[in-house]
Amino acid sequence: MNVLVLAEHDGQHLNPITLHAITAAQFWQSPVHVLVAGNALDSLVDSLSDIIGVAKVIKAEASHLATPLAEDIANLIVSISTDYQVILAAHSSFSRNALPRVAALLDVAMISDALEIKADQTYVRSIYAGNILTHIQSQDTQQILTVHSSHYIAASTHGGKAQISSATVPAAFHKTRWISTKHAQSDRPALNSAKVVVSGGRSLGSAENFEQILSPLASKLNAAIGATRAAVDAGYAPNDFQVGQTGIVVAPELYIAVGISGAVQHTYGMKDSRIVVAINQDPDAPIFQVADYGLVADLFTAIPAITAAIQ
Amino acid sequence: MKILVAVKRVVDYNVKVRINADASDVATDGVKMGINPFDENAIEAALQLKEQGKASEIIAVSLGTNANQDVLRHALAMGADRAILVETDSKLQPLAVAKLLQAIVAQEQPSLILLGKQAIDDDAGQTGQMLAALLDYPQATFASHLQLENNELLVTREVDGGTETLALNLPAVVTADLRLNDPRFVKLPNLMMARKKQITTLNAAELVVDTASRLTLIKVAEPEARKAGMMVTSVEQLLRQLRDHEGINL
Repeated sequence: MNVLVLAEHDGQHLNPITLHAITAAQFWQSPVHVLVAGNALDSLVDSLSDIIGVAKVIKAEASHLATPLAEDIANLIVSISTDYQVILAAHSSFSRNALPRVAALLDVAMISDALEIKADQTYVRSIYAGNILTHIQSQDTQQILTVHSSHYIAASTHGGKAQISSATVPAAFHKTRWISTKHAQSDRPALNSAKVVVSGGRSLGSAENFEQILSPLASKLNAAIGATRAAVDAGYAPNDFQVGQTGIVVAPELYIAVGISGAVQHTYGMKDSRIVVAINQDPDAPIFQVADYGLVADLFTAIPAITAAIQ
Repeated sequence: MKILVAVKRVVDYNVKVRINADASDVATDGVKMGINPFDENAIEAALQLKEQGKASEIIAVSLGTNANQDVLRHALAMGADRAILVETDSKLQPLAVAKLLQAIVAQEQPSLILLGKQAIDDDAGQTGQMLAALLDYPQATFASHLQLENNELLVTREVDGGTETLALNLPAVVTADLRLNDPRFVKLPNLMMARKKQITTLNAAELVVDTASRLTLIKVAEPEARKAGMMVTSVEQLLRQLRDHEGINL
C-alpha cells in the first residue's frame, strides 16, 4: 500500500508546507505519492518529481481545478483512494476544507493537525488551544490526517526521481461555483513559511501605527507580519495576518511579539518558534512567560530603535 | 426557508483546562461550560437571515446529555424558534456527530445548515465538511460574510493569505468564522421567554446511526511549557543577545 500526500500550490509554486508533509509521509516506509490538482501543471509537476522521498507524482488537470473547490478535491481523492493506506496533507485552510470531506466519504475518522506520528496508528495532537496533548489511536484501516508542518523538516527539493502519472478527473461538482479569490498583495514572505515574523497586538492603537511601526522592521528583516485576533478585530490588520488558535500557526526562526499580551489563543500559534522576542510595556504581560528575550519598553520608541540599529 | 444550527457544549473559553488524576482525560467535572463561541456566530448568522426576511424558522440542535439543555436555551434566548436535543452519553467524535446531524437533516429538511468552523475543545474543525459530504451538499467553511440572493448563497471564506468567495446552491452547509458577525447578547427577558420555547428530545439510538468511537483516547498530557528566557533592559542588549548568542544576523 502507498501513502498519498495532497500538494498545495498556487499553480506555479509549491507551498513549502507540502515539503514538510512529504517528510511526515515517510513514517510508513511505503511509497509516497503526491497528488497535484490544478490546471496547466507541467512545470510544477517537474519540480515535484525532483523532491527526494517522492515515488510518484499524480497529476490531475482540469480547467475547473484551477480554482479548486473542496468538493472537487474530495471527489478526486476518493476516486483514487483504494490504492492508499494513508492520505495526508499539511494542516492549512486548503486541507482543512477538503480532507474532512474525504474522510466522511470514506467513512474514516480523521486526525487533524497531528504533531507526532507513532507506531500502531497512534498520533499526538493538541486540544484546547494547545493546552493539552492527546495520544489517540485510530481504529480505521485507512488513515486520513493533516500534519503540523513545523514539526517535520522539509524534504529536499533536488535529487529525487519520481514517476509522473495522470489521474482521470471526476466531473465537476455543479452545486458550488467559485466567484473570486483575493490574495493579500504583499512583497513579504508568506506568514506560514517565513523565517522571521513580526507580530503586533492591540497596543499599536491604530491601523496607521500598525503599518508605520511594524513595516520598516519587517522589511529590514525580510519578515512576514502577523497580528493578534484583537488587532485584527480592531481593524489594524487584515484577517489573514492572524496568528493563533483560529488563525495561522507559525514556527519561524525568530518571532518578535510587539505589544502583544500573550493570550493562550495567540501563543498557540507561535510557541514553536525557535526564538521569541517580546516587547511590551506591561511587565506582567503573559507573553514574557513564553519569550526567550523580554524587553519592557514603549513599543513606539523601542521598535524604531531596533529598526534603526539593524543593518 | 428553514435553517438548522448545530451547537456544541464546551468548556468555557476562559477556563484553563487541566488533566485528571490518572491522565486518562481532561478534567471537566465542575468546570464552567458554555456554548462553543463559533456556534454563536452561526446562530447570529441565522438570525440575521431571518431578520432580512430570508428565513422562516431557525432550529437549534445539540448532541449530548441532558446538560446540553443550557446551550439550547441560550440559542433559543438569542432567537432560535425551537430546539432539538439528541441525547447520548457517548463521547461523540466529529464523524459520529456528522452522521447524527445527517439524520436530523433528513427529518427537518432545512435549506441551510450552519455550524461553527471548529469547537474550541477538540479543535478538530471537521464536522461541517463531513456533514456536507454525507449529504452531498455544497460547503463553505470559515465564512466571514454571507448573503442570500435569488436562492443562491454567496459566502466569503477566510483562507490562508486572503479570502475566497463562493456561490452555493441550496441546500448547503456553512461553517462560521468569528468575523462573520458579532453575536448579540442575551437579555434576561429573552432568557425567560426561551423557557417557554420547545426543546424536543430524541434518543440518539433511535436515529440508527453508527456512533462508535473510531479514535481511542490513550492518554492526555500537558505539553512541555515554553520556558521564559531572560529580560533585557535595552534595545542594545537585546540585539547583542540575538547576534552573539543566537547567531541571528541582524
